[in-house]
Amino acid sequence: MDEKIEALQELGEHLSARLADDVISWEIKNGELILVVVTLSVAKAGKLLRDDANCQFKQCVDVCGVDYPDRDPRFEIVYNLLSLKHNLRIRMKVLTDEDTPVPSVAGVWPTANWFEREVWDLYGVYFTDHPDMRRILTDYGFEGHPLRKDFPLTGHVEVRYDDELRRVVYEPVKLVQDFRSFDFTSPWEGMTPTLPGDEKATDGAGEPA
Amino acid sequence: MSAEALASGTKPEDPTIKTLTMNFGPQHPAAHGVLRMVMEMDGEVVERLDPHIGLLHRGTEKLIEYKTYLQAIPYFDRLDYVAPMCQEHAFVLGAEKLLGVEVPLRAQYIRVLFAEISRLLNHLLNVPAYALDVGAMTPMLWAFEEREKLMEFYEAVCGARLHAAYYRVGGVHQDMPAGLADRIGEWVDQAPKFMTDMETLLVDNRIFKQRSVDIGIISPEDALAWGCTGPVLRGSGIPWDLRKAQPYDVYERMDFDIPIGKNGDCYSRFLVRVEEMKQSLKIVKQCLEEMPGGPVMATEGKIGPPKRGEMKRSMESLIHHFKLYTEGFHVPEGETYTAVEAPKGEFGVYLVSDGGNRPYRCKIRAPGFAHLQAMDHVCKGHMLADSVAVLGAMDIVFGEIDR
Repeated sequence: MDEKIEALQELGEHLSARLADDVISWEIKNGELILVVVTLSVAKAGKLLRDDANCQFKQCVDVCGVDYPDRDPRFEIVYNLLSLKHNLRIRMKVLTDEDTPVPSVAGVWPTANWFEREVWDLYGVYFTDHPDMRRILTDYGFEGHPLRKDFPLTGHVEVRYDDELRRVVYEPVKLVQDFRSFDFTSPWEGMTPTLPGDEKATDGAGEPA
Repeated sequence: MSAEALASGTKPEDPTIKTLTMNFGPQHPAAHGVLRMVMEMDGEVVERLDPHIGLLHRGTEKLIEYKTYLQAIPYFDRLDYVAPMCQEHAFVLGAEKLLGVEVPLRAQYIRVLFAEISRLLNHLLNVPAYALDVGAMTPMLWAFEEREKLMEFYEAVCGARLHAAYYRVGGVHQDMPAGLADRIGEWVDQAPKFMTDMETLLVDNRIFKQRSVDIGIISPEDALAWGCTGPVLRGSGIPWDLRKAQPYDVYERMDFDIPIGKNGDCYSRFLVRVEEMKQSLKIVKQCLEEMPGGPVMATEGKIGPPKRGEMKRSMESLIHHFKLYTEGFHVPEGETYTAVEAPKGEFGVYLVSDGGNRPYRCKIRAPGFAHLQAMDHVCKGHMLADSVAVLGAMDIVFGEIDR
């Protein structure tokens, strides 16, 4: 395990030296290397990560978005990469908002094509230089980007088969009762392993909560 | 053809031949679910292939953001419903990583045991279903009998044949019932006979080989670039298996081999799966032999429920039980990408926690998504009937692709 952390540490230092102008920050958390890159140089960084002898991240395992409505550039686009040669994983991130497009990495890893379409579909982040920017998971003619935090869980339209019209019709969602979001979260401490203010907890396992 | 179209240069060289756009699916028995493929055909040769997915999109990732960690587990059964427990495995491993929970050894063995049973379930469906796609009916009927026996093992531990929700954060829900280990052992002993029977039907079958050898060849470089994992990657000759490379639970104690293919065609992928089944039997046997006694749920950190007996006596346990099943446990802030070697390939979960009792973001990385994407690349220049073979050998299940 420690060897892996060491290897990631070395890799992080190597990358921040090679991509001095493009890497905003890097850190190792939970034994995983996270690299935050300038939005515009994501394709350049991707190419280096794929081809550099110390990286060899030949596989782009996953691209996904995360929405943080409270932060300033609202979205994080997360690229999970895998190097079979060095048996390492790395997570590359870029920050963006609704209006700023991100350069596509479909030219670096062809597999990113559909993953980026998915991010566009679910989050509404646009990718430039993408060969085929269409929606992928949602219905034909769908409006909105469902995985944004401000998109309601119930959606906006519902469909049913109309016997008279002999076709499927779209209607605004009608709920018989309001959507109930149960929030059982305790206003005090919640179900945490250690209680706040429990001084004896420091003697045992780690930090007090 | 109109005069403008002729002038713009879009017309084919020979005006008597035009490409035909054809719709494959969404309801087609060989599409393995609801897949629509728009195919551009030149005669019977596929020129371009555009899979339209999302017909089974249920918004799993969105729903999980509104559920506690415990409530999220059943959604994973419904992703790849052919091998449900492997998906749960990825999610619970991710949550455990964030929580820093140590899972009891017996629970780890049970998980590996059932992950391999799931792999057998998957391959026992995919191998004959692929054979059915290319024209062999019998293996399907035979394999379903064996699958049924395996599903009885599922039923024995969790009460459900398909949607198990058996793996829990911190262990598994219940210990195996008495006598189950012997029954699994008996099945493992008689399984090789069935597998030999199925192999004799297919491996040297002339028609089967004509339909699969040298069809849909994926070179090792392309397999990496297109994000192929699992049997598709191994079929192309790359010895990569997360169970060996990045072992989780007790896989590092297991002694098994990784079969790889030579040609990267449909036949190689089929052979890899056939051999993987035998290796899975080996792992199942080892698990049964080595499995220690002890608890099956982590006791630290109030992740698991208290014992029934304790709840009758202790107020604290009663409150714990109530809070656990309403509020759920809180997961410390952080994020992780955790992947397991699911039967179809690398199944990963990117889990972001904000410190609350619900996942802030749970991205599901399904292996079939990347494989289906490569369809266009692989099928170009093949005959229409071959595209069905390629699809079958890629092991596509729409539950996980559409999410």
